Amino acid sequence: MDTKRTIFPNRVLPYLLLAPQLVITLVFFIWPAGQAVKSSFEREDPFGLSTSFVGFQHYVRLLGDPLYLDSLGRTAVFAVAVTALSMAFGLALAVAVNRLLKGGRFYTTLLVWPYAVAPVIAGLLWWFLFNSTTGVLAYFLGQLGIRWDHNLNGTHAMILIIIAAAWKQVSYNFLFFLAGLQSVPHSLIEAAAIDGSGPVKRFFTIVLPLLSPTTFFLFIVNVNYTMFDTFGIVDATTAGGPAQATNILVYKVYNDGYLGLNLGSSSAQSVVLMLIVVVLTVIQFRYVERRVQY
Amino acid sequence: MIRNFITAGFMLALSASSSLAATEITWWHAMGAELGQKLEAIATKFNESQTDYVVKPVYKGTYPETLTATIAAFRAGQQPAIVQVFEVGTGTMMAAKGAVYPVYKLMADQGEAFDPKSFIAPVVGYYTDTEGNILSMPFNSSTPILYYNKDVFKKAGLDPEVAPKTWAEVEDFSRKIVTSGAAKCGFTSAWITWIQTENLSAIHDQPFGTLENGFGGTGTEFTFNGPVQVKHWGNLKKWADEGLFQYGGPVGGDDAATKFYAQECAMTMNSSAGRAGVIKNAKDFTPGFAPLPYYDDVTKEPKNSIIGGATLWVLNGQGDDVYKGVAKFFTYLSQPELQADWHQFTGYLPVTNAAYELGQKQGYYEKSPGSDVAIQQITRGTPSVNSKGVRFGNLTQARAILDEEFQALLAGTKTPQQALDSAVQRGNELLREFEAAN
Repeated sequence: MDTKRTIFPNRVLPYLLLAPQLVITLVFFIWPAGQAVKSSFEREDPFGLSTSFVGFQHYVRLLGDPLYLDSLGRTAVFAVAVTALSMAFGLALAVAVNRLLKGGRFYTTLLVWPYAVAPVIAGLLWWFLFNSTTGVLAYFLGQLGIRWDHNLNGTHAMILIIIAAAWKQVSYNFLFFLAGLQSVPHSLIEAAAIDGSGPVKRFFTIVLPLLSPTTFFLFIVNVNYTMFDTFGIVDATTAGGPAQATNILVYKVYNDGYLGLNLGSSSAQSVVLMLIVVVLTVIQFRYVERRVQY
Repeated sequence: MIRNFITAGFMLALSASSSLAATEITWWHAMGAELGQKLEAIATKFNESQTDYVVKPVYKGTYPETLTATIAAFRAGQQPAIVQVFEVGTGTMMAAKGAVYPVYKLMADQGEAFDPKSFIAPVVGYYTDTEGNILSMPFNSSTPILYYNKDVFKKAGLDPEVAPKTWAEVEDFSRKIVTSGAAKCGFTSAWITWIQTENLSAIHDQPFGTLENGFGGTGTEFTFNGPVQVKHWGNLKKWADEGLFQYGGPVGGDDAATKFYAQECAMTMNSSAGRAGVIKNAKDFTPGFAPLPYYDDVTKEPKNSIIGGATLWVLNGQGDDVYKGVAKFFTYLSQPELQADWHQFTGYLPVTNAAYELGQKQGYYEKSPGSDVAIQQITRGTPSVNSKGVRFGNLTQARAILDEEFQALLAGTKTPQQALDSAVQRGNELLREFEAAN
C-alpha cells in the first residue's frame, strides 16, 4: 500500500467534518457497548431497584455452561452454512443474469425482492412452507418419504433457519456480485476465449480472481449478518427450539435478556458475541485480505 | 428500546394535551383482537359513567412483551398506572416491592370496599402474599380444559356425549379413534408445561416445588420430577410413538389448535379462554367440553386445576389523584354484571362468586352447555398446598426449559426421568439466580 499524505492547513475543519460521524458512533455504538460491558459485571433485578457488582461471575458461569458452549458450536454451523449457501447462490444467480442479453434488469428486480422482506416475515414464510401439518414443502417431502418435523427434529429446525436466513441474504450477495461481474473487463475474457479456454476455465481463472474484493467484502458482511441480524428469523420460526437446537448466540442474547430479563448474563453474552465478531474480522483482514487482489 | 422511548414520548405528548379535563389513567394490556375490543369497551363504559377520570387502554403486544415493556418503562420513569401481567410474571412482580402498589393497600388507602372473599378461592390464593393480602386485581383468569370433537367420536363408534374422564380412557378412546380411521391422532395439547406438568401436579396433589410451590418465599426448589410426573411424561412419549398423541409445539402450542380445528386430532387440551376460538373455528364439527383427565390409580378424587391468565398490577410513581381513579375503576371492574359479561364473552373464569351466581341466574350455563366446565373444575374440593398454584421467580424461563426437555424426550434423546431431572436441576439454577437478585 502506498501512502500519500496531503497536509491541510486548517486544523479544526477535519475534526468538524468528522464530528457528525463521531457523534453517531459515540451515541449509537460506544455508549451502548460501554453500558453492556458495565452491566455484564453486575447483577440487577428486572426493575433496576437493586444492583450489585459481581465481577466476572456471569462470564465464568457462561463458559462453564454446556448449553452455552453448545450454542457456540451451533452458531458456527449456522454462520458457515448460511454464508456459503447465500454466497454460492448469489454468485450463481449473478452469473446467470450477467449472461442474459435481454431482461437482465427484470430478473434483477425480481431477485432483489427477498431483501426487502423483513426477517420475521421471511422466517414465517418458510415456517408456513415447512409446517408439518399444513406446509406445502413438508407435504412434498412426505411424498418422498421424509417425515419433516422441525418442531421436534433439531436437524430439521437447523436446516429450516439456514434456508430462511440464506434466502433473505441471497439478494444482497446477488446485487454485489452482479456489479462485480459487470466490472470485469470484456477484453480479458475475449482474449482468453480466443486463446481457446472454455467458459468454466475462464470463470475460475479470470472472473473469480477479479471478483475477490467483492467476495471478501461480502464474506465479512455475511458473517456479521449471521451473527447479529438473524434473531428475527429464529424468533419467527423455531424460537431457538427444539431443545435449543437452533439457539444461536444472538438469539440467546435476546432470549435471556429481553424475555428472561436476566440482564447481567445477557450483557455478558453480547460482550462475548461482540468479541467473537471483532476477532473474526481481524483474522479476516489479517489473513484473508492478503489473497485479495484489488 | 428506541421504540419504547418513542412510545413514552408520544404518550407524554398525549397526556399533556388531554389532562385539562380529567385525570388520565393509563392501562397497558396484552389483549389483542376480539378480547382487546371487549376490553376497550369496558374502559369506554367506565369513562362514560363519570367525568373525573379517563382510563386509556394501550395494547402492548403479547404477555411477555407487555411485561418487558412495563419494566423498561419503569426504568425510564414512564410507567403506566395499571398493567396487565400474566400469571407467570407473578413471582417477578411480587419481588419488585419498590415498583408495585399492592391492590389491597390501594383500596384501603382510597377508602374503596374490597373484600378478598368475594373472589373465587383459587384466584385469590394465587395472588395473595403469605399474610393473605391480595396484591393484584384479578381480571382475566383461565384454567385448562379438554376440548373434543363429537363428530369424530361418533365416527369412531364412541358415545359423543361422553368425554374421557381418566388418562386410561384417553388412551383407550384415542386408540379407537386412530384404528377406526376417524382421525389421524387421538389428542394434542397446548402448553405442555402449564397443562401437562403444573396442572397435572396440582390435580394429583403432587408438589411442583418446595415451600408450598414457592408461595412460602424465594428459597424454593423445583420438585416436579416425582413419580406421577415421570409416569405421565413417559406415557406421553409412548403415546406419541404410537401416534395417539401429537405434539402441538412449545409455549402456547400454536399447532395444537390447528390440529384440532383441522380435525386431525380428536381432542385437545387448552385454556378455557380458547373456548371462543374453538366455537368460531369448529365450523364442520360440534365441539364438546370436559374437565382435564386424571390417573384414577393415583387419586380417586382429583383436586382443583390451577389458573392461568392475568391480573392487573398497579405501579408506583403516580399522583394521588391517579390512584383514587384506579381504585374507583377497580371497584367498577368488580361488579358482577361486568364480570359475568366478560367471562361469558371470552371463556375466562368468572373471577368473583357474584359473577358466577349471576350467570347461573341468567341461565347462561344451561343455554351454552360446557361453559361451566372450567369453573367447576377449578373450584372442586378444597385447594391443597399443592393445588393452590405455583409461584416462582424466573418462571418464564423455567417453562422454556421444561419445553426443551419435553422436546428432548419426544426426540428420544432423554428418558422421562432424565428429562425431568435435568429440568429440575436447570430450573433450580434459575431460582438461585432469582433469589440472589432480589
